[in-house]
Amino acid sequence: MFDWKWDFTFEILPRLGWATLNTLIAAGGGYAIAIVLGLALALAQRSPYRALTLVVREAVEFIRSTPLVLQIFFVFYVGPQFGIRLSPWTSGMIAIGLHYSAYLSEVYRGGIESVPKGQWEACRSLSMSTSDTYFRIIIPQALPPALAGMGNYLVGIFKDTPMLSVIGVAELMHAANAIGSEHYRFLEPYTLVGIIFLAISLPSAGLIRTFEAWVRKRLGMS
Amino acid sequence: MTYWEFLSENGGRFFDGTLTTAAQFFLSAIFAILFALIAGLMKLSDNVFVRSPAVVYIEIFRGTSLLVQLYWIFFVLPLFGITLEKFTAGFIAVSMNLGAYGAELVRGGIQSVPKGQWEAAYSLSMSPAKRMWRIILPQALVNMLPPWGNLLIELLKATALVSLISVADLMFEAKQINGSTFLSAQAFGTALIIYYIFARLIVTPFMRWMERVMARKMGRV
Repeated sequence: MFDWKWDFTFEILPRLGWATLNTLIAAGGGYAIAIVLGLALALAQRSPYRALTLVVREAVEFIRSTPLVLQIFFVFYVGPQFGIRLSPWTSGMIAIGLHYSAYLSEVYRGGIESVPKGQWEACRSLSMSTSDTYFRIIIPQALPPALAGMGNYLVGIFKDTPMLSVIGVAELMHAANAIGSEHYRFLEPYTLVGIIFLAISLPSAGLIRTFEAWVRKRLGMS
Repeated sequence: MTYWEFLSENGGRFFDGTLTTAAQFFLSAIFAILFALIAGLMKLSDNVFVRSPAVVYIEIFRGTSLLVQLYWIFFVLPLFGITLEKFTAGFIAVSMNLGAYGAELVRGGIQSVPKGQWEAAYSLSMSPAKRMWRIILPQALVNMLPPWGNLLIELLKATALVSLISVADLMFEAKQINGSTFLSAQAFGTALIIYYIFARLIVTPFMRWMERVMARKMGRV
């Protein structure tokens, strides 16, 4: 019943290691898109143009309540229908980045709303421009309260990368599937993938908390 | 082919898929609540032998991906003599994953009940079980309903992954329709809209209604 093969384990470990690197790159790439796009979505929801605010709000709601795996398929297959060919990597990054930008925009929104009203009024009375107000005064203060949420979604994006295997991105799950069907053994590859995920996501949750405390200390907030 | 022709031709398959997704959603929601309640209560125990299995369960299922867990349950568990049908494997994996997240909500909800409530129940010499069921849990439930609303949306989205072990849910039908008609925007777009309607017009209003009902029952209007 329990026939774990150690020689097979060591044989496939290097291959899984390389795939882990791809997983980390995918997570990092998706996160980079999400961080920038999320800020744009958060700021758009605070714009004075009511129509823009409503459309963005609904779009964020839409992205947040539909499955990521379906969005990945959508981005990958819909492009070619209109003559735009995207590689699995590109469409995967776009889909996962877009999905998480919706979540991050909510985190930023919460952070921005936590900045005291007096800060806005002070900027106004100094007649600062809107962009100066945001980038020099509001966002630096909104960041520390948002850090915890941002960190959670970094781990979240990492754990969602296996979904990219469905369009053929060569990350960890994809490698495990390939190994499984080549050798007709699924016990070791799938178990190892689980262990690798645990080994990365558990310590990073702790690291993120430490980083958050460090930033707060550097900024003199508590 | 116009979109209406597309819909009238494939509407039946979308409908069948939606029914399977709804079944997966309700079954995984029920089991997720059950797992969350058991693990959340176990994690609050003072006894280390009761607490540690819950901690291990929560950390493993929150620390790895649902897709990994789904494949593990479907492809690896049979090697240990536990063979689950794909439909069952699907909602068991989804409910165990979301149940681990829910367990933390249960724990937080129970801990948010003021200490005086525990002491009052104790001083009335209620049994621990009665105290939990009649005093603590109802109040904890009111506190944790809003985050559970979010979790149920996550659960609905998570059910889309069962299509990867070929459960014929909405996602699976969308893929099949895409494969036979090559109309990707229509096939996946329709599925996206159905998921959105499900989340926005069924799950969210139901949770809002639950919140109102519970608030009224607890006299917190």
